[in-house]
Amino acid sequence: MSQLLEIKDLVAGVEGKSILKGLSLSVGKGEVHVILGPNGSGKSTLMNVIMGHPKYEVTGGSIAFEGEDIADLKTFERAKKGLFLSFQTPEEIPGITVENMLRTAKQAITGEKVKIVPFRRQLKALMEELKMKPEYAERYLNVGFSGGEKKRTEILQLLMLNPKLAMLDETDSGLDVDAVQIVSEGVAKFHNEENSCLIITHNTRILEKLKVDKVHVLMNGEIVEEGGPELIEEINSQGFTHILDRHSEGK
Amino acid sequence: MAEEFSPKKKTYVEDIERTLYDIRDEDRSAYKTHSGLTKDIILDISKRKHDPEWMTEFRLKALETYNSMPLPTWGPDISELNMDEIVTYVQPDAKMTGNWQEVPEDIKNTFDRLGIPEAEQKQSLAGVGAQYDSEVVYHSIQEDLVKQGVIYTDMETALWEHGDIVREYFMTLVPPKDHKFTALHGAVWSGGSFVYVPEGVHVEIPLQSYFRLNAAGAGQFEHTLIIVEKDASLHFIEGCSAPKYNVTNLHAGCVELFVKEGARLRYSTIENWSRNMMNLNTKRAIVEKDGIIEWVSGSFGSHVSCLYPCSILHGENARCEFTGVTFASKGQNLDTGASVIHAAPHTSANINTRTISKAGGAATYRSAVKVTRNAPFAKCSVNCESLMLDSESRSDTLPVMDIEGDEADIGHEAKIGRISDEAIFYLTSRGIDEEEARAMIVRGFVEPIAKELPLEYAVEMNNLVNIELEGTMG
Ligand SMILES: Nc1ncnc2c1ncn2[C@@H]1O[C@H](COP(=O)(O)OP(=O)(O)OP(=O)(O)O)[C@@H](O)[C@H]1O
Ligand SMILES: [Mg+2]
Repeated sequence: MSQLLEIKDLVAGVEGKSILKGLSLSVGKGEVHVILGPNGSGKSTLMNVIMGHPKYEVTGGSIAFEGEDIADLKTFERAKKGLFLSFQTPEEIPGITVENMLRTAKQAITGEKVKIVPFRRQLKALMEELKMKPEYAERYLNVGFSGGEKKRTEILQLLMLNPKLAMLDETDSGLDVDAVQIVSEGVAKFHNEENSCLIITHNTRILEKLKVDKVHVLMNGEIVEEGGPELIEEINSQGFTHILDRHSEGK
Repeated sequence: MAEEFSPKKKTYVEDIERTLYDIRDEDRSAYKTHSGLTKDIILDISKRKHDPEWMTEFRLKALETYNSMPLPTWGPDISELNMDEIVTYVQPDAKMTGNWQEVPEDIKNTFDRLGIPEAEQKQSLAGVGAQYDSEVVYHSIQEDLVKQGVIYTDMETALWEHGDIVREYFMTLVPPKDHKFTALHGAVWSGGSFVYVPEGVHVEIPLQSYFRLNAAGAGQFEHTLIIVEKDASLHFIEGCSAPKYNVTNLHAGCVELFVKEGARLRYSTIENWSRNMMNLNTKRAIVEKDGIIEWVSGSFGSHVSCLYPCSILHGENARCEFTGVTFASKGQNLDTGASVIHAAPHTSANINTRTISKAGGAATYRSAVKVTRNAPFAKCSVNCESLMLDSESRSDTLPVMDIEGDEADIGHEAKIGRISDEAIFYLTSRGIDEEEARAMIVRGFVEPIAKELPLEYAVEMNNLVNIELEGTMG
């Protein structure tokens, strides 16, 4: 199968500090991949780099999306190609309402004028499914939102913008039981054979409604192990050090 | 951040296209005084304006005060201003009329471009005043307001037709000796609007006066006097603009607002002078028991501005709401803010401002809040936020508090910042390009102010923000 996202030997860092140290990873169309890794191992950095955050410096390797090298594309161009990032800690942006941002984003991504009536209808329906109060559409983006509300708003954006690759950075962290349920239903609703998911998580409940194709274990800026969903179970019960030990033994 | 704002990435437009405002008419004034400021010039102005005798004397006394006063020692540098080069009185070749057809064509076209007659026709304004250089050329008011006793006319007409009221109030709230430029104003004032709203009358649709300065090297010194009687209400809008010249123009207007018991006055301004203008303007309101003054103030233009509308909360429970936005760009030094004097118990004030600076512009927020001994339980909250769009621009906040009264509840919040790179990243990660993301953030920053502006002005402000942001993006 042709790869939707293909990362080869990626080396990247910030302010002279090296974080990703020659990382390779591929995600095929229609697949769901999970990235596991301890705190500080570089998971968020990876997603930020894929999305083109100007803060990070890429000094080696390549990132291809649908076979095209996207290293020189700006963040908004990557978004227009179909990349989406649900942030671990979404920004609060005063003065811009959720609806206004989504309308502007949708217009930018589709390149077509958004028709206000169907747009509102879709927004309202999705907010209902995500159990968000309709007045949140009129609130300033994430300003004063609780942690869980911010994450729901990320999924709302995912569903409204309908990208080809959804990168979810701990979208399930800090959520109560019901909220995890709602968010994972949202992701399941988004996913089909035409798009892919790359999910960072420390839990597994967000994965319950999805069929996981592949798991990557990211430690200290490298992928140290890849496997099927059974890896999740193994790490859950035995921890990351276990994986690390296995590797040092192997060497 | 350094990357976002590195100079190499910026492509500044040398001077902003302000096309709409910059179209100048040929100078066809009927009369101009000599430049400078002498007793003879004052007498000449007074004679040409057919002042009543008391006004001639008032002017001469103000001139003496002017000559005896030093320049202010604080605030932006105004040393470029040379009064000997300023023409203080420029009489347009037009008679005051209530019919646009009678206004000379070039002058009418100017106001057409500014959208004034159109707004009047759509009835989004209940009355209009239009000043061109030193004199008002057009004034109108809806008939039903006249029937209710509302007066809205130019100051010159008011001097004769409502002389008693004018004489009772004129420059009592802002006396000539207040500072050097109010003294100047007292000596050479010309034009402006007079509004009188009788007790209990609510003027539902706003009145608007527009001040246009066309002559190069001239000064505009309009006087606005508004009296809103007991339990009455009014929304007054003031607009001003001028085309750009390479000589200094001067604006030293004066606004006096009397808000009586239980009355409410909203005073909205969008100031968009050209960037050769010294804008040294004085505005003050006195508010009696249960009265409310609401200021909505947008400062976009001028080379140098000093503008700090003052509210004297004189009666119990009197209230002030001040909402202001200032945008300083290349070559601009805009020193704006507000001042409040709590002089009675349970008075309250809310000051909310946003300032933006870019391309080397300097924006200073300056405020003075005074709570006198006579104002127990005064309440005042100040919230000022500044946004600097690049590293060459400057922003300052200079709040002064002087609290004598007991049990005052005073809150102050100030924030100075830059556009956050993370916010830009967030929006661009949703497909929005950087320029638009930045504009959205700036518009969002001023949104709390924009929503207080009259609709046309909110649209205008949006356009100004867009114009200002064009060509400055990385
Ligand atoms: N802007 C930055 N400046 C300095 N160090 C950074 C920056 N961004 C990331 N790092 C460092 O890079 C390393 C990887 O961070 P990253 O956020 O990618 O980890 P993570 O795997 O997402 O961790 P977590 O599970 O805690 O979210 C950390 O040591 C972090 O401190
Ligand atoms: Mg992380």
